[in-house]
Amino acid sequence: MSTATATPGKLWGGGKSPFNVEYGKLMMWYFLMSDAFTFGAFLISYGTVRFSTNGWPDPNEVFRSYPFAPEGAHAPLVFVSIMTFILIISSVTMVLAVHAGHNMDKKKVVVNLILTILGGLAFLGCQAWEWNHLHSEGAWWGHNPFLNHDGTAASTNFTNFFFTITGFHGFHVFSGVIINIIMLIMTLRDVFEKRGHYLMIEKAGLYWHFVDLVWVFVFTCFYLI
Amino acid sequence: MEHTVAHEEHSGGGVKEIVRVTVILSILTAVELALGFWMMGMPLDSGLRLAVKGAIIILMMAKAFYIVAYFMHLKHELKNMIMTIVVPLALFIWFIIAFLYDGNSFRHLRNTYDPHFKEQSTIKVEKKEEAKHEESKEEKKEEAKPEERKTVE
Repeated sequence: MSTATATPGKLWGGGKSPFNVEYGKLMMWYFLMSDAFTFGAFLISYGTVRFSTNGWPDPNEVFRSYPFAPEGAHAPLVFVSIMTFILIISSVTMVLAVHAGHNMDKKKVVVNLILTILGGLAFLGCQAWEWNHLHSEGAWWGHNPFLNHDGTAASTNFTNFFFTITGFHGFHVFSGVIINIIMLIMTLRDVFEKRGHYLMIEKAGLYWHFVDLVWVFVFTCFYLI
Repeated sequence: MEHTVAHEEHSGGGVKEIVRVTVILSILTAVELALGFWMMGMPLDSGLRLAVKGAIIILMMAKAFYIVAYFMHLKHELKNMIMTIVVPLALFIWFIIAFLYDGNSFRHLRNTYDPHFKEQSTIKVEKKEEAKHEESKEEKKEEAKPEERKTVE
């Protein structure tokens, strides 16, 4: 024990954690940082290509439908705003689960994790519907039925980037849901209760918030601007 | 009661803070959407449209800040740790400026020196209406076709 005690005041003198976080959480942060660069590279390449072409499809013309919409419905931004709110709310329930974990409140952790998983599944369902709808309109990788804003023919860049980036994000949501389900099972089996802390939920929470964070950027870059 | 509140503030979070940030995020999203709706009616190359896009990007950054700082608790970590996350992300400043500038410059070059590229981007495709009414047209095909021929002749 005497070797572990550091001289007080020296942050890097050993004996205490300089960042005051556990190893796993720190590594989750660094993973998310690298993931941020991956998504950043995707979005910036999308921006670069968009800046290098004269015309671009109008998102309000492309994303204008919603489930059970009448033929020829024109409701831009409506469906995607629902998706955005679903993801924000599921992020809130996740933060509540992490908070409950701090207080060792197993019941609240379980409830909030279930809500988070449901939110994630709802988002995935929305995305599946949207992909299916766009595909039925003839949009896919390599196919772009939409015209540019000014009425000129568009390249396939638009659909290629849209499906690649939302697909990559959707895959993150999917893996986030899987991670949350694993967390739920572990909580129900009292793994964290026996361990004495719910820090694992915190790491899953970081990942889930990151998924929400990426959606903020994807939503803005593809649907709004 | 006083005690627990103080403790929560220290470890970061507390339900009050979560609710506050949720409200802020919802408002920011609502404003973004309102700007998006407002932008729809503007002409493509108006300065106001560009300004609205800029405003949306600023709101986006604000949302990102609230998610990272409060939901991910980064604000409540030690400063050293915050720096190891935030400082590398500063690379994005160069990343975005350099690549968008490059894309823009490529467009100018092509418009200046590649007449084919420029021509392609000025040819308007026939109105979308055509595609929309295709299905209804099919029903009327037999009636419509002779009429079309007449007009061509």
